[in-house]
Amino acid sequence: MLTLSIILQAVANAAIAKTGAGIGAGLAAIGAGIGIGRIGGSSVEAIARQPEAINDIRSNMILTASLVEGAAFFAMIICLLILFI
Amino acid sequence: MNFRCRRVFLSIIIFLITSLVVGTVAFSSEPENKNHSENPAEKKAFNAGEFMFDHIKDAYEWHILSWKGHHVSIPLPVIVYSKTSGLNIFISSKFHHGHESYKSFKIEKEGKYKGKVVEEMEGGAVVRPFDISITKNITSLFIGVAIMLWLFLGIAKTYRKNPNKAPKGVQAFLEPLILFVRDDIAKPAIGEDKYEKYLPYLLTVFFFIWINNMLGLIPIFPGGANLTGNIAITLVLALLTFIITTVSGTKDYWVHIINMPGVPLLLKFPIPLLPFIEIMGVFLKPFVLMIRLFANITAGHLIILGFISLIFIFGNMSPIGGYGISILSIGFSIFMMFIELLVAFIQAYVFTLLSAMYFGMALEKAHH
Repeated sequence: MLTLSIILQAVANAAIAKTGAGIGAGLAAIGAGIGIGRIGGSSVEAIARQPEAINDIRSNMILTASLVEGAAFFAMIICLLILFI
Repeated sequence: MNFRCRRVFLSIIIFLITSLVVGTVAFSSEPENKNHSENPAEKKAFNAGEFMFDHIKDAYEWHILSWKGHHVSIPLPVIVYSKTSGLNIFISSKFHHGHESYKSFKIEKEGKYKGKVVEEMEGGAVVRPFDISITKNITSLFIGVAIMLWLFLGIAKTYRKNPNKAPKGVQAFLEPLILFVRDDIAKPAIGEDKYEKYLPYLLTVFFFIWINNMLGLIPIFPGGANLTGNIAITLVLALLTFIITTVSGTKDYWVHIINMPGVPLLLKFPIPLLPFIEIMGVFLKPFVLMIRLFANITAGHLIILGFISLIFIFGNMSPIGGYGISILSIGFSIFMMFIELLVAFIQAYVFTLLSAMYFGMALEKAHH
């Protein structure tokens, strides 16, 4: 356990930072996927229940998807900043 | 303006752009090895990260293409104000693509100010002068503004002269979009009686973001500058929304933020928890507007540039690999371009809709 922490301190910080950034970007993609998948699922279900409301449902779906994507992009920008700045 | 007048206007704009391109390109293309120390036969290895970020970032010249070491680009004016030598205005071709310095200015290669004009003071210190150059992004801004003025001044005149005539031409293309912003964004979000004051700003922001997003997708001049992916531009747009929201906030709006009625006193006194969260929200909402637009557009450009870089990376390993991967890369790039066209419209729509909703929330009357 002690040797592990010593090794961890000796490893170059840049490598761990880049690993962290990669994992963070992947997690952001997972978050966006889950969120938008749920939005898509509920909206398609709602269209099946009431096909006349398809236009309202479609615009709400696109709007909500872009808001959820905004959060995922925020995480992606932080990871890009770690990688390149 | 009538058809002939608009044709003259359009031909003047096209003539100006063509002469700008031809005139400066003819004088700015030069052999790569004129002032360099590198061996002209040595090829620089393809650096994907540098390639991708050079296409996202701003620059002091508009690079059109590189052919066998010749760089063809449009040089743009550099306007800097330095504390020692005052206002300096010169054309960026004096920098010879960043390889030479002019007076005491040069384009920094590494470090914090990479890619920007810095001044070398006595004693070797480099400082950044006050820089209001017409860079690539600013030129793209001017082009976008010229397009918007051409489109909207034209149809405004037609509306004024013949207000009840059936629309045709540019007017017929823009009228459904303008009515879309009015009927589906402004009226529902702000309210039937108060939306008119905010409609000019909402229309401007909608078409500005959409037109500049689309211009960013065109790979060649006059498009191709990543304007809405520049965080300074989106910062100003979000700041305008913030200012308009703050200025048009009614007393009910501020009361709801500082002293929300119907909430237990313990959340407001002695530690103002809820007011603190609400005030953070006041600043956070425009901040998120800024980040959303910036990240969406930059990410889209980076993805397409990444696919194109794949071709060169594989091509450096083996020519057959380059050709093989190019089919896949081009296919994915076309697919991403379709998505980017949709994203261009959606981001403009979301920015405008959220701005309208913030205005509506600021103007809301107390409903209890």
